[in-house]
Amino acid sequence: MLKPDDYGKTDFLQILKSRYPDQVADWNRLNNVQDGFPHNYLEGTTVLALVYNDGVILAGDRQATEGYQVGERRIQKVFKIDRHSAIAVAGVAGPCFETAKLFQVQVEFYEKMEGTSLSLDGQANYLSSLVRMNLSLAMQGLIVLPIFAGYDLKQKKGRIFKYDALGGRYEEDTYYSIGSGGKDARSTLKKMYRPDMSEQDALTAIAEALWDAADEDIATGGPDLIRKIFPTLISITEQGVSDISDETVEQLFEELVSRLGQL
Amino acid sequence: MSTPYYVSPDQIWEDKKVFVDRGIGQAKEVVVLEYNNGLLMVAENPRRTIFKVSEIYDKIALASTGRVSEYETLRVVGIREAEVKGYTYYREDVTGKWLTNLYSQQMMAIAQAWDVKPLEIELLVCEVDGEPDVRSQIYKIAFDGTYEEMEKFAVIGGRAEAITEKLNETYNEGLDLTEAMQLASRTFEAIEVEESEPYQITPQSIEVGCLDATNGRRKFRRFTAEEIAEIFNHAS
Repeated sequence: MLKPDDYGKTDFLQILKSRYPDQVADWNRLNNVQDGFPHNYLEGTTVLALVYNDGVILAGDRQATEGYQVGERRIQKVFKIDRHSAIAVAGVAGPCFETAKLFQVQVEFYEKMEGTSLSLDGQANYLSSLVRMNLSLAMQGLIVLPIFAGYDLKQKKGRIFKYDALGGRYEEDTYYSIGSGGKDARSTLKKMYRPDMSEQDALTAIAEALWDAADEDIATGGPDLIRKIFPTLISITEQGVSDISDETVEQLFEELVSRLGQL
Repeated sequence: MSTPYYVSPDQIWEDKKVFVDRGIGQAKEVVVLEYNNGLLMVAENPRRTIFKVSEIYDKIALASTGRVSEYETLRVVGIREAEVKGYTYYREDVTGKWLTNLYSQQMMAIAQAWDVKPLEIELLVCEVDGEPDVRSQIYKIAFDGTYEEMEKFAVIGGRAEAITEKLNETYNEGLDLTEAMQLASRTFEAIEVEESEPYQITPQSIEVGCLDATNGRRKFRRFTAEEIAEIFNHAS
């Protein structure tokens, strides 16, 4: 069952590929179906991250679109990876979630095998290769774009990594947003970002950025006060990843709405 | 012409048992106890990076004793197969019983092969929250792959019998983490009879891990020597 030369392998994906190839998505087949390409797939929209004094906040709206329709109102685009890192994904929903799941399994697999966690840079680099795996999808316009964020225990600060469709990895020191409403959210974050923000200020900026993205971009979902669906927000600090509760998020948006109403 | 020699299966099996007992007889013990939040695993192990207790998957941990190189291989097999199963189906589908069978088959195959030495190890597969209404499960696997389900606590290693006897007298249900940790270390101290000085367990001389059912998805936690010291200090 375990050959000696297998022992040191800490790459879960390589194990899947060599022993369970059916479990690995083979997007290369797509090259043969250029004409009859199916169009009923979901797309996730806006995700963003912001560095503040205690770490970093990662957020995403809850909507997925299918063409011009709302495909899903309660989708989750933010996933915890290990105790001090998380990923938010925008793009074609299926491959996005597959990438996030594989990434999470890989990081945990490494941690258990080695008895020590994979460094934040190590995680960020590994994610590059997962994004690159979707290259043939990207060539069809089906792009998977993650934002990876974490608290670096060595550097004692929150860090953000963004990716391009070819797997290029770039670090952002301040904030970043991507997805269909990403540019709108980025404009808001640009105006509101200050070095060394408090958590409250950071949350306020994130809420406003999400609001503006939903306001300007038809695909991005805003806070749904009737169904009580709110964007996902998580904070990552030295203490680890923690969810910002729905009540807190609801309150943030209520404050924002009343502030906007006074203008 | 030489006569082909014959050894009875009884003799072969007996020899293997004696061989393994000699190996495991010297192995340091691991005690697993049920406490109010899950399972506590305590091993006498002063080494700081070579572990006897380790995380396998969300709700499952492995306690092992005997030859490190041998149980290390099984640990890795376990993590790997668990991850593949959880990835293919669903994380909940990875169970302690499944892992126990996997180990059992491996160990049995090796024990029954005529040209390989049997594994000189014993394992405890530990699980919390596996089934509704069952707080925890402990499966004890012997070198030949035979296994049994243990209730409330289990011990592996050289003096497992003596420790089990002791725990039969002293173990109570509903222990909290501190009490369970104290019980384990007191038991280790009590069975050490060869020392002339009273034998003392220190935070540096034991390895402690737990499966805490309140821990979210990943239930396993390893305690550092400082954390163990803090728990002991807090108690006294």
